[in-house]
Amino acid sequence: MNMQRDTLALLPEILVLTGAVIVLLSGSFLPRDQQVVTRFLAIAALLLAAGAAAIGMTAPAMTIFEGGLAVDVATGAVRIIIPLATILVLALGAEELAGSPRESETYSLLMLSALGAIAMAGANDLLVLAAGYLLASVPLYALVGMSRSPGAAEAALKTYLIGALMGIALLLGVTILFGIGGSTSYSELRSTLGTAPPAAVLAGILGVMAGLMFKAGGVPGHFWVPDATQASGTAVAAFLTSIPKLGALVAAYRFFELLPRGAEPGAVDWPLLVAILATASMTLGNLAAFWQTDVRRLLGWSTVSQVGYLLLPVAVAGNADLALPSLLLYLAGYTASNITAFAVIAALPTRRSIEDYRGASAAHPWLAGALLVSLLGLVGTPPTAVFVGKLTTFTAAWDGGLAWLVVVAAINTVASLFYYLRWLAPMFARGKTDVRAPAPRHPAASRAAVVGAIAVLIIGIAAGPVLAAFGMPLSG
Amino acid sequence: MLSLVVFLPVLAAIVLAAMPRITDAAARWIWLVVTLLDLVLVVGMWLAYRDPGAGNLAFEEQLPWIPNVGSTYHLGVDGLSLPLVALTSLIFVVCAVFALRHTDRPRSQAALFLFLQTSSLGVFAAQDLILFFVFFDLSIVGMYFVIAGWGHGNAARSALKFFLYTFLGSLALLVGFIGLYLGSAAKTFDMALLAASPPFGDEPVIGGLVLAAVFIGLAIKTPTFPFHTWLPPAHTDAPAIGSVVLASIMLKMGTYGFVRIAMPLLPDAWREWAWLIVVIGIISVLYGALVALAQTDVKRMIAYTSVNHMGYVILAVGAAGVVTDSAAQAREVAITGAVVQMVSHGLITGALFLLAGVLFDRTGSYDIGSYGGLAAPAPRYAAFFAVAAFASLGLPGFSGFIAEFQIFAGSIGPVPWTALALPGILITAALFLRALQRMLTGETRGLSRGFRDLDRWEILAIATLLLLAVIIGIVPRFLLDVVEPASSVVVDLVSR
Repeated sequence: MNMQRDTLALLPEILVLTGAVIVLLSGSFLPRDQQVVTRFLAIAALLLAAGAAAIGMTAPAMTIFEGGLAVDVATGAVRIIIPLATILVLALGAEELAGSPRESETYSLLMLSALGAIAMAGANDLLVLAAGYLLASVPLYALVGMSRSPGAAEAALKTYLIGALMGIALLLGVTILFGIGGSTSYSELRSTLGTAPPAAVLAGILGVMAGLMFKAGGVPGHFWVPDATQASGTAVAAFLTSIPKLGALVAAYRFFELLPRGAEPGAVDWPLLVAILATASMTLGNLAAFWQTDVRRLLGWSTVSQVGYLLLPVAVAGNADLALPSLLLYLAGYTASNITAFAVIAALPTRRSIEDYRGASAAHPWLAGALLVSLLGLVGTPPTAVFVGKLTTFTAAWDGGLAWLVVVAAINTVASLFYYLRWLAPMFARGKTDVRAPAPRHPAASRAAVVGAIAVLIIGIAAGPVLAAFGMPLSG
Repeated sequence: MLSLVVFLPVLAAIVLAAMPRITDAAARWIWLVVTLLDLVLVVGMWLAYRDPGAGNLAFEEQLPWIPNVGSTYHLGVDGLSLPLVALTSLIFVVCAVFALRHTDRPRSQAALFLFLQTSSLGVFAAQDLILFFVFFDLSIVGMYFVIAGWGHGNAARSALKFFLYTFLGSLALLVGFIGLYLGSAAKTFDMALLAASPPFGDEPVIGGLVLAAVFIGLAIKTPTFPFHTWLPPAHTDAPAIGSVVLASIMLKMGTYGFVRIAMPLLPDAWREWAWLIVVIGIISVLYGALVALAQTDVKRMIAYTSVNHMGYVILAVGAAGVVTDSAAQAREVAITGAVVQMVSHGLITGALFLLAGVLFDRTGSYDIGSYGGLAAPAPRYAAFFAVAAFASLGLPGFSGFIAEFQIFAGSIGPVPWTALALPGILITAALFLRALQRMLTGETRGLSRGFRDLDRWEILAIATLLLLAVIIGIVPRFLLDVVEPASSVVVDLVSR
């Protein structure tokens, strides 16, 4: 083991952690009206981390700390996307969080949770995965409860209870796999699980999957998502519907990639299990989103359905060349689209229901454009990022032998168009003009929305190079 | 050159959308000038066009785009697409002319139509399935906003139905495209490469399923029976020029997809299922005509005649897949007829929808029974309506006759029972004559009183379309010379 090399490879994580600590400490010493400094510190640390990760992507894939963490294309992609996405979250929440009683603490907790998600994505060992799970979850409970409304208290409790339950399931799964595989390291499990009893392997898979689905916000761990999205602050809602998914889904990909599959000895039919969870997530998320009138709750359910599409490449992990690049591209596109939608909400905080948005495009053409790009982006209309994401994930899933799942996903995509249009159509409707008194302006959130929309389009149009950059095998 | 033709309108659209200070009048004229410029470029292309030969394209452009999935930015035209590209740029000029008097948010309207023009031109110029899909989907988004934003009546609901229904079609298409990609030996989305070595030669079941996905996608767009139910409400509630773009151009995306994608890329499955496609074509012809006959709303009536007219195209492309021993010549005629029908329907139905739009503009009603004796207060309107109606029912001397004659001449030989669709022509004739009689002739009554006749911009727009229909009807060679070589290529490809 090369301590110096391994520590250097971990530089982005170290930067995020150091940043979080500095933000917390300086926040404790700064007066209330100068807390804004901590936001700039946080952004600087995250930018440095993304830059270090980008440089790190040029290095060959490897595992560090005795195989505990993988540093490869998936880790690299997540280490770039998560800090940048967190910066966008901080930007869209600038007006909302500025001067709030827990400003620096919020920034610090966001960074720690982001760090946990990064750790999950890089975990090459079940115990590291469990540690990442806790690091990503615990700050989130606090963040959800931070807004101190009755709804937030309930949402925080719900998130905590489900998180604790699913965390126990995760640990149980890890224990079972350790018991039958003799190790928690992916590289050793890869060779030992083939001779283990399939029923026990399946039990272990179910446990681990339960934990990951809580973090991803997919069925069956999705119950907290709509409540938490609706009740917490806008920035926190944007964060918790995007960043944990990145960690959980890449972790899921890594986990399933190591399992024996197909005709290999000891293989259990985990692709079918993942496919069923995918179908359940997208269908349930869509059906529940249909008649929502609160835009946050609508987006909360929409993220549940998005997890379903994101599980397509996970279901064919290792079985299709496109699976990993398509997953990473979809994650990048989804994150940008989703945060953009929340940025629009943050820029128009007095509007909470779909009806409140009626005719808003006349007064806010740029925000309307950003919302159009982000919501049609979530549907997967070209030329946005998620379109290429859907194209490639569908291709990968069919290539991996799950053609039926592609048809299910396509039908669900059409269904999802309905509720996104329920929000978009009033916004562009004629007639009733905005009679409200002008709300306080939110320049930072508006800028975040426009930047996010541009990112959605750029990732979509320049998908070729992005996919090529993601087209490397995993380490280990 | 081709990229410029395709993207010039959207560049203008971005300028219009981003500059709120452009006045309404300036926006209308910028729109008209840009569409005219684009038309001039297309006419230049037509004059410079030489048949590129089998498997080749004119004005070809290719750049790498998404190499991981074998998708490139690939544009080009041949005898199948050039007439439709030309039709598209002409129709958008006509729309810009017709809209010169419109006062409802002209800047946004111009930007939206220019955006729609780029996406429509892109569909016909694309030579890569993904690129085709991108433009195809964007045209749906654009049309949704046209109907929802400038429509009347129950526009929001019709627009939603249109969007959901055609989006379903586009996703079926996407699934089919993914199937083609995975089935191809070269793992590519490029149409030319796929046509050179079509996938699923020895897997009839998967080939049939992929064809089913592609067919449903295109059939919804066309639309054929039984996928047509989105069309009448969309047309009825769309603004006049929206209806024109929808009928003249967007319906052609479906039929064009058959000759461009379904037939050359899935020849085995197409031959196997050709009989079913012919049956769907015949049903569309008869059903569209009969339902049109029962309409009392003139715009719905025209919408259903579109189902009828597109049915002829389906019938022709289906018949071209029924391979018999000595009928290659006949099948070429059928395909040529199908392409001419696309152009012809675009011109004539475009004119009819503009005329229907004038009715709504003057009185706010499409009800046939509310009018009578229009010829007295509005002689010019009556004359144009009569000419358009006769053109639409397939009178010799108009483009529709050339098209339908070729379709039947090419289809009845190989597949005699396509003659079952012949009564469709008769019913169409009856319904148009009845509408003419009820609306134009007799004593002036109801809403006809005080009806303001066509103004010069309306005349210019409508006359352009009808004049071209007459030119194609009398001297069709300039069009047929372009289409015929391409038809023979399609027939060769599908009979492999």
